[in-house]
Amino acid sequence: MYNKKVLSIFENPKNAGGMKGANGIGKVGNAACGDIMKIYLLIEDGIIKDAKFKTFGCCAAIASTDVACDLIKGMKIEDALKVTNKQVFEILGDLPPHKIHCSVLAEEAIKAAVDDYYKRLEKEKKASDKKAEEE
Amino acid sequence: MTRKVYLDNAATTPVSSEVLNEMLPCFNLLYGNSSSIHSFGREAAAIVDRARDRIAAAINAKNANEIYFTSGGSEADNWAVKGIAHAYANKGKHIITSKIEHSAVLEACHALENEGFEVTYLPVDKYGLVSIAELMHAIRKDTTLISIMAVNNEVGTIQNIKTIAKTAHENGIIFHTDAVQALGAVKLDVQDMEIDAMSISSHKIYGPKGAGALYLKNGIRIDSLISGGNQERGKRGGTLNVPAIAGFGKAAEIAVRDLVINQQKLRSIREYFLSKVKENIEYIHVNGHPQQKIQGTVSISFEMIEGESILMLLDLEGVAVSTSSACTSNILQPSHVLRAMGIEDEIAQGTIRFSFGKNISKADVDYAVEVLTNAVKKLRAISPITKAGRR
Repeated sequence: MYNKKVLSIFENPKNAGGMKGANGIGKVGNAACGDIMKIYLLIEDGIIKDAKFKTFGCCAAIASTDVACDLIKGMKIEDALKVTNKQVFEILGDLPPHKIHCSVLAEEAIKAAVDDYYKRLEKEKKASDKKAEEE
Repeated sequence: MTRKVYLDNAATTPVSSEVLNEMLPCFNLLYGNSSSIHSFGREAAAIVDRARDRIAAAINAKNANEIYFTSGGSEADNWAVKGIAHAYANKGKHIITSKIEHSAVLEACHALENEGFEVTYLPVDKYGLVSIAELMHAIRKDTTLISIMAVNNEVGTIQNIKTIAKTAHENGIIFHTDAVQALGAVKLDVQDMEIDAMSISSHKIYGPKGAGALYLKNGIRIDSLISGGNQERGKRGGTLNVPAIAGFGKAAEIAVRDLVINQQKLRSIREYFLSKVKENIEYIHVNGHPQQKIQGTVSISFEMIEGESILMLLDLEGVAVSTSSACTSNILQPSHVLRAMGIEDEIAQGTIRFSFGKNISKADVDYAVEVLTNAVKKLRAISPITKAGRR
């Protein structure tokens, strides 16, 4: 049901594991459906310097998150937000029809991680503004 | 080459050599149509008769003509549920089954619901047992059929079939049981257990695929399944699959002959396997009834990880198992059996069924546990679900 590429990525995902010092973390999915994806980003000067993941789920879910991390590494944030599940799917070559949602979830995980990064920025900005006001 | 260890005997088993030897002449030497009246046909009919006798003996049917050959367990289940419900529809249109039945029974019930029948799906306790009190409560004046599986295919729990059958009969209701996973694992005596209809299958007991049977007690009515021939007392037309039937008959005979010794062996393998798994892997749950269970099937939930990824990592190392989860089908929800047992979704998603065969060795178990331990470790290392707050 899975092609060789999906299986080999699943067996040896390059980007698996957490990340210390990540400044954008996105988590999507739920256990009832069988998939939880967490993507960790290190963003510097608007560029994604590094991307890692932790995934609870099937082969397709693990392979999709690994490919998503590969895709966005080195990208500008704006470009990473344009990455679609189609690109993930194309790199994997093929997924069984009922596993396509895994590639969709990977796209959502990227967006959630970037969203978290912006939220953190905003929080920092507010904190520094407040500090400036107080001074 | 990777070592191969097959731990999915609840899905299917290899054909044993004794069975194969029984089958081989039926392909090219004794190839007659068992319905033909010439010598070739009579030879084939004699083979079918012998298989029918063997199966009747294996389940202690009163009469061999109570055995109807089918293509397998699913056909027997479908036929029993729909055929009996239809035959007694003038008496009532209510059926009772359980939430943990095989999909062949559940889907047959859904089909009947679409025709206007009413179906009660009984709950089970955390071990997968149907409560007799719940059953009695569900019985109505218009209930015509109760269908409860003898042994669950995912967790191996054995139901109190005799009590359920008695309860059915006290209320004038027909009792059917799906005994596909029970044959060869527990003693089946349709007379003593008061079973009216029972589905069994060949390929779960070292027989060939494509053969099964419905035991139907004489006097119980059922709609014909296939029109067009007078095979199987006119109930299921079509030329009989003589080689498969011959193999099924032999397999059933052996399954009953070797039942005790096989179960003893499987019990020691199961205990060895479980002790090794518990020694090496934390955060696990063994599903099913602690005592009232068959020995060959072990269902284990591994916390924090998902079943299909465990299955695939084992497969890459040559170890074949099955998930209890429906993840491999296009339903993304966890197994209906584990859900009915009240197991929470996240844990149910991480469930693997290991089902041992009679030829397994301790070395096979050692290898499987080693591969399993590594797979679980690897997947937990990349799981976003943490150990925090777990026992």
